[in-house]
Amino acid sequence: MSKNYFKILRAGINSTFQDDGRNNLYHIGIPFSGAMDNRNFLLVNKLVGNKLKNPVIEFAYQGPLLKYSGEKINIAITGDVNFTIKRNNNLLNGICYQAYTLEHGDELDIISTNKSVYGYLAVGGEFDIKYQWSSCSVNTKANIGANDGKKLETNQRVNILKINQDLGIKKLDYLNTKIENIRLIKGTNFDYFSENGKKTFFEKEFFVSKLSDRMGMRLEGPKIENIVNTNIKSEGLIKGVIQVPADGNPIIMLSDHGTIGGYPKIGVVISADYDKLVQLTPGSKIKFEEIELSNAETLFKLYDLETQNLISQIR
Amino acid sequence: MIKNISNLGDAALYCDFGKEVNKEINSKVIRYFKSIQKENIDGINNLTPSYNKLIVSFNLRKINFQMVKRKIENLNIINDDKFETNKIQIPVCCDENFSLDIKRLEEILKINRDKIYEKFFGKEFFCYMTGFIAGMPFLGDLENELHAKRLETPRVKVPKGSVGLTEQFANIYTFESPGGWNIIGNTPLNIFDSSKEKKPNLINPGDTIIFERITENQYQNYNE
Repeated sequence: MSKNYFKILRAGINSTFQDDGRNNLYHIGIPFSGAMDNRNFLLVNKLVGNKLKNPVIEFAYQGPLLKYSGEKINIAITGDVNFTIKRNNNLLNGICYQAYTLEHGDELDIISTNKSVYGYLAVGGEFDIKYQWSSCSVNTKANIGANDGKKLETNQRVNILKINQDLGIKKLDYLNTKIENIRLIKGTNFDYFSENGKKTFFEKEFFVSKLSDRMGMRLEGPKIENIVNTNIKSEGLIKGVIQVPADGNPIIMLSDHGTIGGYPKIGVVISADYDKLVQLTPGSKIKFEEIELSNAETLFKLYDLETQNLISQIR
Repeated sequence: MIKNISNLGDAALYCDFGKEVNKEINSKVIRYFKSIQKENIDGINNLTPSYNKLIVSFNLRKINFQMVKRKIENLNIINDDKFETNKIQIPVCCDENFSLDIKRLEEILKINRDKIYEKFFGKEFFCYMTGFIAGMPFLGDLENELHAKRLETPRVKVPKGSVGLTEQFANIYTFESPGGWNIIGNTPLNIFDSSKEKKPNLINPGDTIIFERITENQYQNYNE
């Protein structure tokens, strides 16, 4: 038994171990998984002095309440998150993008994400968890990854294998921005939709439905009219693909998506907008905007450069 | 052999081998899949072969569409079609609790359930691909009389083990998952095992599958 650990006093809604995801398994039906918001995943690791792709705890809406036992350890939280640290009888309001040193008996209460879906908790060190296909990322649908492929549960223990010796406090001055306009590249079945359907898709507003999770984001709004066929022969999918089933409501594939799908693809969200897309809460407004491949490639380079810059600002 | 290569978004290639679904086209897809896999190209992070398409996903930080396209176009294609295949029997129970869409199928296909089961059980099906969810096999071909479209709105939860039909294909839900196929029964067999990292799938592309009908009682006692 590890002498350094968290006891989970409240698990939160969807708290899972995640890292950079797993590759080369789409052909047997295992998706990429990994942290939904990659930028915030990298930043949280840097804030506690870890390797950038170390496993972290991802939470959605309400995070876990954790009681710490053991030697001093640094933690950090990224996203837009309300949290407190209770030491003896003092309550400290936490600030995202800043490391804190936890002591034996401290309680970390991740109360909620603020107008966003996902947040990240990293410890300066390593969790004692299982890897499958070289990744700890939890896929709750197939029960793959750390914690037997399951969400964290109340009363369980999360053991810590190793603690970073450097307890210096790192910080970053950063604010998450929210977007409404989602940029995309036309999908391979774009011509399945009527002129009216295409117009509806680009000119009208859609809303994120409550039936959204790590697999996909279902949208509500005006129906998109299909004039060719509402089914295609099942074929591969990637994250960001927007499928439109027969009912005319688009579904955007997210990190735990099915690897194969049989609904026409109207578009694919560009890589540069993915981290922001996944943070849209149910009820949020979305408008789609078409761009060319070369622009999408440039926008990703810029987005990635910005992420690298933020990482290098953390000291 | 690839009819057309286009981009699927900014981080994947869409290789089109044709519109038809048959073993010949599917084996071309598989050959390309194995050839790319063998090359181990830096930056390519996933390959998804299906009936007549192959999707090549890549890491946009390392490589881009034009670069991957050039590599695929200049690839040495393995000519060896031989890969190990198996013949597997799958027990299926069609009790009322399991055959969620049998009434819908009776209405769409305009034949009764006995006829539907008669045309489905005991026939040899070919596994074209696996995926959607971990280990799910896509099997074909069903007789014309069994061809039905997907559900208009996919179910949010299809139970684990469900056996579904869509158009000329059958599949098995290896986990509880969302899905839109017409469910006719359920198998007690475990089709995917993640503890076997080397070979997690019971059914693989190229395998032959025969469904066998079992009773509710046989289903309940299957694993004992």
